[in-house]
Amino acid sequence: MARDAKKMSAPAKSAKAAAKPFKALVTHSEELPLHKKLLLSMHDTMVKARCLEERLIAMYKTGHGYFWIGGPGEEAFNVPLGLLIKKGMGPAFDYLHFHYRQSATLLAMGEEPLGAIRQMKNTATDPYSGGRNFAGHFSKKEWNITPVSSPIEVQYAMAPGTALVQKRFGGDGISIVTGGDAGTAEGDFASCLVWSSRPGQELPVLILVTNNRWGISTPYEQTQGVERISDRGVAFGMKTKTIDGNDPISAYLELKEAMEYVRTERKPYLVEARVSRLYGHSSASGANFATNEADCITVFEAKLEKAGMLTREQAKAVRDRYTEELADLARAVKEEAFPDGSTIWDHVFHGEPGRDPFA
Amino acid sequence: MANMAQAVRMALHFAEENLGVTDIFGEDVGMPLGGVFTCTQGLKTTWNTPLDERGIIGMAMGIAMAGGKPIAEIQFCDYIFNTIDLLKLAGNTQWSSNGQWNLPMVVMTPVGSGIRGSIYHSHSIDATATHIAGWKIVMPSTPLDAYGLLLSACKETNPVMFLIPKALMRIRGQELIPGEPGEDKALSKLIDAPLGDRTRWAPQWPALEDVSIPIGKAKTVRSGSQLTVVSYGRTLPLCAQAAEVLAADGIDAEVIDLRSLWPYDWEAIKASVEKTGRVIFVNEDTEVTNFGEHLVRRVVDDLFFKLLAPPKLLAGKFLPGIGLADPLELASVPQQSDIEKAMRALAAVQP
Ligand SMILES: Cc1ncc(C[n+]2csc(CCOP(=O)(O)OP(=O)(O)O)c2C)c(N)n1
Repeated sequence: MARDAKKMSAPAKSAKAAAKPFKALVTHSEELPLHKKLLLSMHDTMVKARCLEERLIAMYKTGHGYFWIGGPGEEAFNVPLGLLIKKGMGPAFDYLHFHYRQSATLLAMGEEPLGAIRQMKNTATDPYSGGRNFAGHFSKKEWNITPVSSPIEVQYAMAPGTALVQKRFGGDGISIVTGGDAGTAEGDFASCLVWSSRPGQELPVLILVTNNRWGISTPYEQTQGVERISDRGVAFGMKTKTIDGNDPISAYLELKEAMEYVRTERKPYLVEARVSRLYGHSSASGANFATNEADCITVFEAKLEKAGMLTREQAKAVRDRYTEELADLARAVKEEAFPDGSTIWDHVFHGEPGRDPFA
Repeated sequence: MANMAQAVRMALHFAEENLGVTDIFGEDVGMPLGGVFTCTQGLKTTWNTPLDERGIIGMAMGIAMAGGKPIAEIQFCDYIFNTIDLLKLAGNTQWSSNGQWNLPMVVMTPVGSGIRGSIYHSHSIDATATHIAGWKIVMPSTPLDAYGLLLSACKETNPVMFLIPKALMRIRGQELIPGEPGEDKALSKLIDAPLGDRTRWAPQWPALEDVSIPIGKAKTVRSGSQLTVVSYGRTLPLCAQAAEVLAADGIDAEVIDLRSLWPYDWEAIKASVEKTGRVIFVNEDTEVTNFGEHLVRRVVDDLFFKLLAPPKLLAGKFLPGIGLADPLELASVPQQSDIEKAMRALAAVQP
C-alpha cells in the first residue's frame, strides 16, 4: 500500500478494507444537470486548487516551508462549497469555521493563491497569520473566515456561537463548520449537535464532515462504530445526509439544498461527504500521491469529456497554465522576508502596542 | 452594603444596560435560579446552557467573533479544566491571526476554598490561568472591587477571566457601591429574588454608576514600613487581619491587594519592596509552579540588592485535592494563623 500508514508504522490495513466502496450514495452525476459554464468553472477552480497544493508540497520538499497540510482530493466538495458561500463580513454573511483542508474553498470564493504560498513560506507578508502559523491555517476577517487552528474539532464548539448571533440578527447568513471524520470522536462534535439543536432555539449551522476514512494513519473502521456519521444528527432531530464528495455535481446540488434549508429554516443540517485523501495526511507522512484513491479531478474530466464539454487537450492546458502560474508565484515569494523577531509581541492584546512585559 | 454576589449582579446589570453586554450564560445562570451563587438573578440577557463547559467557552468565542459581547460563567472553576485548550485558543486568536480577530469576552467563575467544598469545589485556577497568555485576569477581594473590575472587564476588547473567591461571595463590603442603598435589607428587597415562585418577580435596580477600576492596578490596603504582603482573593482579608494583629506587637506590615493578576501592578510591588526590603506573597493555589513563584523570581531578578530577607511564598500545599473535613481543609490552604506565623518569621530575619 502506498499510503502513509506504512510510514507512520501503524498496523497495516488490508487492501480489501481500503477498497470497500461507500454505501449507496445519492449521485446526480450521470445527467450533468448543471450549466456548462458552471461545470467548467468548477473544473477550472478544482485544477487551480490542486496545482496550488502540489506547489505547496513541492515547496515543502525543496525546503521552502517547514510543514505542509492541505486539501488535495477534496476539491470536488470544497469548490462547490466556496461557490455557494455568502461571502462578506458580519452576521449578514456566512461565518466560516474551517479546518486545514479548505484551500479550494477559498479559491472558489475568489481568493488569490499568493497568500497560501506566503503562509507556506512563513513570510511576513502571509496575510492569514503573518508567518506565525502552518500552511492551510487561513484567517480572513473581511470574509468571516475565523482562524483555522490546529487542535482538532474546536471549531465545532464555536460555530453555534456565531450562529446564535446570526439567528438574532435575522437575514440569511449561516455558520458553516468543516472537519474530518476522525475528529468527530471529540466531544466538541457532540457539543455542536447539542447546542445547535436545542428545542425551539435551533441554530443556523451547516455542520459538514469530510470523511476520508482516515485519521492520520488510523482507519475509520478501527475507531468508530457509526457507519454513517450523518446518522449522529438524527438523534437530535436534525436533517442529515451522506453524499458523494468526490463528485462536484452531486456536491453542488446537495450542498445547495442543505444550505437553502439552513438559510431559510434557521435550523442545523448535518452533511457527511465521502472524499479522498490524495497526498496522505500531511508532510509528516511524506505527502506522496496515493494511487489507490479516486481522484475527483480525473473522474470529473472524464465525465466532462464524455458530455462533450471539455477535451483532454483543454484539460491539460488548464493544468499546465496553473502549474506554471503557481510556480511563478512561488518564485516571486522566494526572496520575501520573514517576520522580524521583534514582532512577537504584536497583537498579544487588541488595542495595545506590543511590548515585552519584562523588558 | 452589598455582598460580592450582589455586586457582581449589579455590575452585570449596569453592563447590560450601558456596556453592550449581549449574553450572560452558563449552567443554571438564567432564571429561576440565577446562578448557584445568585450572581445572575433578575438580569435581562441571562440564559441556561447545556451542561457542557467546552460548549460554553466555544459559544462565548463564537458570539464574540460575530460582534456580540458575551459573559460566560463556569459554575465552579473546578470544572473549567476540560476547557483549557479553548481558553488557550481564545487567548491566541488575536495573536495567531496577526491582529485580525480579537475576542471581547468575559469568563467568570468562582474559585478557591473556604466553603468546605471538598475535592471538587475548592480548586484554585490562578496558577493555571496566569499561564495562558492573551487573557487579562482579575480577582477581587471586596464587593466594590468586584463591581469596578467587572465593569472594566466588560469594556475590554480582549478576553478577561473574572475570578470570584467563593469564600468572599457572601461577605458584605465596607464601602458603598455608588447608587446602592446603605442599608443591607433595603438592597436585598430591591434585587434579591424571593424564595418560592419567581415567575412574577422583577428586580428594582438602584441607579448605578460607572465606577470602573482599571485592570492592572493594585490597591494598598494597609501602609507599613517593615514588610510587604502581596495577596489577592480569599487570603487578602486574612493578610490584612494578620497585619493588624502584628501591628499590636510592633510589626508594621504593608498589605497590597493585587486585584489584577495579568497584567499586574509591578510598580506597586516594586515601590513597596524598595521601602520595606521584605516581601511575602500569599495565595491558596498549590505551591509548585504557583503564580507567586513568578513574583518571587521577579523580585529576585529586579530587587535583589534592596532585600533584607529572602522573598517568601505562602501558598496551598501541593496536594491532589482539598479534603472535606475541617482539619483537612485548614491544613491544606493558608489560614490567618499561618499567615501571621510566616509574617513574623519574615520580620525577624536579619541580613
Ligand atoms: C486535539 C488534537 N488531537 C490530535 C491532533 C493531531 N492530529 C492532527 S490531524 C489528526 C487526524 C485528523 O483526522 P480527521 O479528523 O479525520 O481529519 P483529516 O485530517 O483526515 O481531514 C490528528 C490526530 C490534533 N491536531 N488535535
